[in-house]
Amino acid sequence: MSLGTEQRPFDPTDLRATGSARWADPLFRTISFAAGISVLLVLGLMIGSTTLDALPVFQYQGLVSFFTTSEWNAGSSRNELTGTYGAFAFIYGTLISSLIAIMIALPLSIAVSLYINRIAPKRFRTTLAYTVELLAAVPSVVYGLWGLLSFTPAVLLPVSRFLSGYLGDVPVIGRIFEGPVPNTNYFIAGNVLAIMILPIITAIAREVMAQTPADQIDAAYGMGATDWEVMRKVILRRSFPGIVGASMLGLGRALGETIAVAMLIGGQQRWGISIFFAGQSMAGHIASTFQDAAPETVNALIAVGVGLFVITVIVNMLARVLVWRIGRVAGDAAL
Amino acid sequence: MTDPDPESALDARPGLQKRTVYEMGTAPVSAEVGAAVFDVEHVDVRYGGNLAVRDISLRIPKGEITALIGPSGCGKSTLLRCLNRMNDLIDGASVEGSIFYHGENIYAPEVDPAEVRRRIGMVFQKPNPFAISIYDNVAFGPRLHGLKKGLDDRVEKALRQAALWDEVKDKLNDSGLALSGGQQQRLCIARAVALEPDVILMDEPASALDPISTLAIEDLMRQLRGHFSIVIVTHNMQQAARVSDRTAFFTVDMQKGIRVGELVEYDRTETIFTNAGDERTEAYITGRFG
Repeated sequence: MSLGTEQRPFDPTDLRATGSARWADPLFRTISFAAGISVLLVLGLMIGSTTLDALPVFQYQGLVSFFTTSEWNAGSSRNELTGTYGAFAFIYGTLISSLIAIMIALPLSIAVSLYINRIAPKRFRTTLAYTVELLAAVPSVVYGLWGLLSFTPAVLLPVSRFLSGYLGDVPVIGRIFEGPVPNTNYFIAGNVLAIMILPIITAIAREVMAQTPADQIDAAYGMGATDWEVMRKVILRRSFPGIVGASMLGLGRALGETIAVAMLIGGQQRWGISIFFAGQSMAGHIASTFQDAAPETVNALIAVGVGLFVITVIVNMLARVLVWRIGRVAGDAAL
Repeated sequence: MTDPDPESALDARPGLQKRTVYEMGTAPVSAEVGAAVFDVEHVDVRYGGNLAVRDISLRIPKGEITALIGPSGCGKSTLLRCLNRMNDLIDGASVEGSIFYHGENIYAPEVDPAEVRRRIGMVFQKPNPFAISIYDNVAFGPRLHGLKKGLDDRVEKALRQAALWDEVKDKLNDSGLALSGGQQQRLCIARAVALEPDVILMDEPASALDPISTLAIEDLMRQLRGHFSIVIVTHNMQQAARVSDRTAFFTVDMQKGIRVGELVEYDRTETIFTNAGDERTEAYITGRFG
């Protein structure tokens, strides 16, 4: 057997594709194209069919009235709309509980990220980062149960009563902290939501902070900056757009969270200014009433779902605009 | 910190660590140094337990330019980073021995490294301005230390000292990153100078720059000489010969298979380059190795 020392004369057919090479690439291209398109297709169909189902409710109640009034009386008709469908109480519940969540989770996430990135001992960093991410793996119904049975009675209720007792009588802002404090309310839902969105905000904030160039950190230290000054004036300043983006992702998750919120937010189909009001959120209301709903009310619930989708999209768009604007102001390199 | 005579300053401070002062000619490295800004004494540096630099002693004169040269891995950058305690930031780095700055041991336990770095400015190998405006870059240090009075004047003075003012005076609000590499490095020098340190440490400040920008930096160093004491690490022997008053030559000792940096010779630059006392110095300078 020759070991390739003598060359075979060149045959033009050598250059042609043979075997699987002839069809493997086109086949793979077709499959990935289908996969890509199917995402758009599913989203399109979902938006189309829910909007179609919700449309009669919007027409019957009036779009403005649906989003701004808070009287919700579910009807029981099979083939016509008879109830009153004002979803503002749920919209308010969704927004206020998410707002509380982000106000608690954001500073906490920033502190945790800074600790993991700059302060924690090297060996401890990975463990801690992994543990924070593990929080995201806990099912939300478990958060709901834990919040209801342990966290609320042990921590949140005493804190709520303290806040309400001290701030409830203060003029103007007292309205926000007014009692009584029921066992489930906006504040409690917001706190548990904060723990639920902590992992995603921390994961992104940590990643963004880790990308601060080492030479800029050295530059600040070289001018006599302390650890805290380096974190505040170099790392946080540089990471700001990323942290805004991270909070918006967290907010998006808080807006849509269903089971845990349904278990903790209160359940009344009304709304109140106080953060200790036992109200209801959009997702929570859908989850807790759709099983017993008459056909017309199912349509109304779908309309609430469409409203929630719209709010989430608006938040996401705001986030993008915000990140883009801040990025331009902070200089291109900040992104 | 402003005492002109480190010797008397030393005597005046009771309880200060006892120093070995070499008599002229008996020290392993000698250079007739008048007023010293640094007295480095028997410094060993370890990274994670491995010796990186062994037993360095030298006096760095005030108001002059001192160059640290030698092949890669000889510990010249390591020593430079000891002079303002930047090595503290590296995990596992430890420094033994003493470094006296105007007679005060900067490795004494009561010394705050941030205060040391504030007084001893540093310019890095790669230009590293912040992604903020030119003005804010220069004002960063002063703002950090609450020097907000007369900030505009301070920024202008620093930019003038760094020979950058004429080029940037009309675009102080532009990003520091919009400047060319050489300008960025001069911006970094202005940023260091704005804190009015008395020493500037430069870690291969021109190695990332083109030849013209390099010459501009060298000119600048000569202008800053006298007003500041400058310690420069460089790979470029011609650069050391062109700008420095004194040169310390380091080498890598390969005994027992471990690479350890050590100081071979320290003298006036012209002596080092024309009449080196050690054959290793001469071999390096004439290009026979390194």
